[in-house]
Amino acid sequence: MSVSVEIPTALRRFTDGVAKLDCTATTLNELFTELEGRFPGMARHLRDASGQIRPFLNIYVNDEDIRFLGGEAYKFQQGDKVLLVPSIAGGCA
Amino acid sequence: MAERCELRCRECGKSWGNQARSFCDDCLSPLEITYDYEAVGKNLSRASIEAGPNSIWRYRALLPVDEVEAASLPVGFTPLVPAKGLGQRWGARHVYVKNDAVCFPTLSFKDRVVAVALSAARQFGFDVVSCSSTGNLANAVAAQAARRGFEAWIFVPADIEQAKILGTQIYGAHLVRVAGNYDQVNRLCTQIAEQHRWGFVNVNLRPYYAEGSKTVGFEIAEQLGWRLPDNVVVPMAGGALITKIRKAFDEFIKLGLVEAKPVRFFGAQATGCSPITTAIKDKQERFTPQKPATIARSIAIGNPADGFYAIRTIRDSGGWAEDVPDSELVGGIQTLAETEGIFTETAGGVTTAVTQKLLAQGRILPEETTVLCITGNGLKTTDALAGRLETIEAIAPRLEAFEAYSERALNATVSVARAAGVAQ
Repeated sequence: MSVSVEIPTALRRFTDGVAKLDCTATTLNELFTELEGRFPGMARHLRDASGQIRPFLNIYVNDEDIRFLGGEAYKFQQGDKVLLVPSIAGGCA
Repeated sequence: MAERCELRCRECGKSWGNQARSFCDDCLSPLEITYDYEAVGKNLSRASIEAGPNSIWRYRALLPVDEVEAASLPVGFTPLVPAKGLGQRWGARHVYVKNDAVCFPTLSFKDRVVAVALSAARQFGFDVVSCSSTGNLANAVAAQAARRGFEAWIFVPADIEQAKILGTQIYGAHLVRVAGNYDQVNRLCTQIAEQHRWGFVNVNLRPYYAEGSKTVGFEIAEQLGWRLPDNVVVPMAGGALITKIRKAFDEFIKLGLVEAKPVRFFGAQATGCSPITTAIKDKQERFTPQKPATIARSIAIGNPADGFYAIRTIRDSGGWAEDVPDSELVGGIQTLAETEGIFTETAGGVTTAVTQKLLAQGRILPEETTVLCITGNGLKTTDALAGRLETIEAIAPRLEAFEAYSERALNATVSVARAAGVAQ
């Protein structure tokens, strides 16, 4: 099982500038644990002090917002492309 | 950049100075412009504002830009119309329409935010400006970029109204139509913004851009005679406008320009894209994203960037949020046109129909002062009215032809009225 993960610029200071990497995680929780294991210090930017996913972190799987796929319960599929986007902007009115 | 203001994280409070960025690297939360109100207040008074230009630039002290180039563009300061006809239809006495359907230069309130964003873009040294848009913002960026000498790249969902596509292309902007909804376009732009050194007005310049929305609130307060209304009804897409009108009122109170009083904020969405109104009705602190399905495309944002803050603004003020289906929003467009002579786009139809609903629910009372924020022009969304107005037959250019026609037309009106049970 392997999924690819795109790291936003804001968090590349933990990955030595690497923008894309492969992970073996099967859930979002495992993914965050794996990222923290490889890049100590990153997890606190993904989850808040109470362990909740940061409210302004958007997570997409193959172009779909993970909240439409069951959120944290979603089981990754082989080859999934995961995209992390901080505080998505846009809109105004 | 002005030292009287700086970027600060809305959640953790970390200071980020003045730069092209929209979120905090530490907690990934959005940034907001904060001001040194003591410095700002020193030279600011009702008289100094009234002596300024008839545009948003009269409030420059409370905008995060220094340069004066933009002042040549008379953006904003649109009419606040006492809406007697609309009020009569609803049995309400003090209804006002803030009419940004006539905002300069592209007939929507987005002209305000773009004017501020492009000033920031100039100060940060960008040559290219860009945006993701449902149409109105595209028009505003394209037009003002043309005038101010920026190259513009505009990203829109492929299915937006033809008038908004033409109204972008005409200014010579690079228009990219994306096969997806606004939220997908927006995500794409967030990625592009990481690769290109462009000034994305609603991505890396967003905190500056959003400050332009405050001018709607400043103008409402000034045009009411330096006082605040009881209620404001605001259409919600990304959710920023309603929070910024609140900020504008708070700033005027803080600076002693208006008397403090409670103002209730009411948010309006189309039922087919109503993440914020749903959260309010379900008493949730955070919204659940939706896939938009409404003809009100200008406010069809399923993952609103400021949704969380919009919810808080509404709830803290004692207000409420409502939504209406597409059939009712078209009725809202017609009501505003027939009673006030103001032709608004679909979002304005939503705001009008929602206000009617809030009055019927007793959430807004007839004797209160209520302002409807009309943010766009109906000539851009004429498709929404397809089939709603009768097709007019042509007559021969002869007097008898007209007399016969007018008799037929009057009879038709009478029979329609009778069918509707109206006394003659």
